[in-house]
Amino acid sequence: MHELSVTQSILDIVLQHAKDRKVQQVNLVIGQFSSIVDDSVQFYWDIIAKDTLAAEAQLHFKRIPGEMTCNSCGHVFHPGSETFLCPSCESSAVRVSGGREFQVDSIDVE
Amino acid sequence: MCDGHNHSHPTHTHTTTRVPVAEQILSANDRIAQRNHSLLHQKHVYGINIMASPGAGKTSVLLKTLEALKGRLKIGVIEGDPAGSIDTDRAIAAGMPAVQVNTGGECHLDAVMMEDALSQLPLDDLDLVVVENVGNLICPANFRLGTHLNLVIASIPEGDDKPYKYPGMYMGMQALIINKIDLLPYVPFDMEYFQQGVEVLNPGITTFPLSCQTGEGLDAWTDWLVEQAHAEIIPE
Ligand SMILES: [Zn+2]
Repeated sequence: MHELSVTQSILDIVLQHAKDRKVQQVNLVIGQFSSIVDDSVQFYWDIIAKDTLAAEAQLHFKRIPGEMTCNSCGHVFHPGSETFLCPSCESSAVRVSGGREFQVDSIDVE
Repeated sequence: MCDGHNHSHPTHTHTTTRVPVAEQILSANDRIAQRNHSLLHQKHVYGINIMASPGAGKTSVLLKTLEALKGRLKIGVIEGDPAGSIDTDRAIAAGMPAVQVNTGGECHLDAVMMEDALSQLPLDDLDLVVVENVGNLICPANFRLGTHLNLVIASIPEGDDKPYKYPGMYMGMQALIINKIDLLPYVPFDMEYFQQGVEVLNPGITTFPLSCQTGEGLDAWTDWLVEQAHAEIIPE
């Protein structure tokens, strides 16, 4: 599990931006191609954020689905887990056009 | 969602303010990775990070590769601990400086561990640093180390659907080895389907089908690696 180090990084970023204010919510944007497990991030958060101003912060995950664009016909689609073929023209000439996000978008502070 | 509006409670009023952050979660790691990369560059050392799922034959590929590079490049080895494969003793016995990194139960190496390991290697005397990452396909993908090359080793028995199941890993590499091609006649593996997935995630990726068993394809891989390393380490 790499969620512990990911959670530590999130906490570092959050505390740096909170500037001594109490953090109520952390808004994360995670693309489908960046794999983390929500529940285990929240689990680690409850442990490592204890005794900080972010101890009670709720983690909010905004999930961005993986997106591909067909180079042949321009169709934009969400790929399945078994094929990346364009569902419109069945071309394999497609490229990843979304879903790489992995960032702390904003925080809500008191 | 409370975007800067007031909640009135019987006893007090508090305001919630939304502070924009827009920072990459692993930006701290990436900054140190960048520092590692600069150090390698400055010392004219080529760095390669080898990732694979357990059973892909990472150890065999590594041993064959080190053997083939003997006399051509001066090599140092960094070993991710829970990988449990070529022990550092073996590398040292073969005359290579080697550092074992204890990941403390973590599933991947990160840039800080890499920085620490690099400081223990005689970089002035090396041409190539080979990092053997911890064996799995999910975790190491997110953590840049600062190497020039991220190499993924896939293998025929693992199945042809790996790129579709682990797109993150297949997007983060610069070269791919398909190991155990000697098993192709015995295992259902649709090479075209596999490579189609890879190509979508990583257009134009350099791929080396090979077999450590028969030796087929090994020269193509090791010659290419030496060429890459030379291009990077020869001072201008
Ligand atoms: Zn199409």
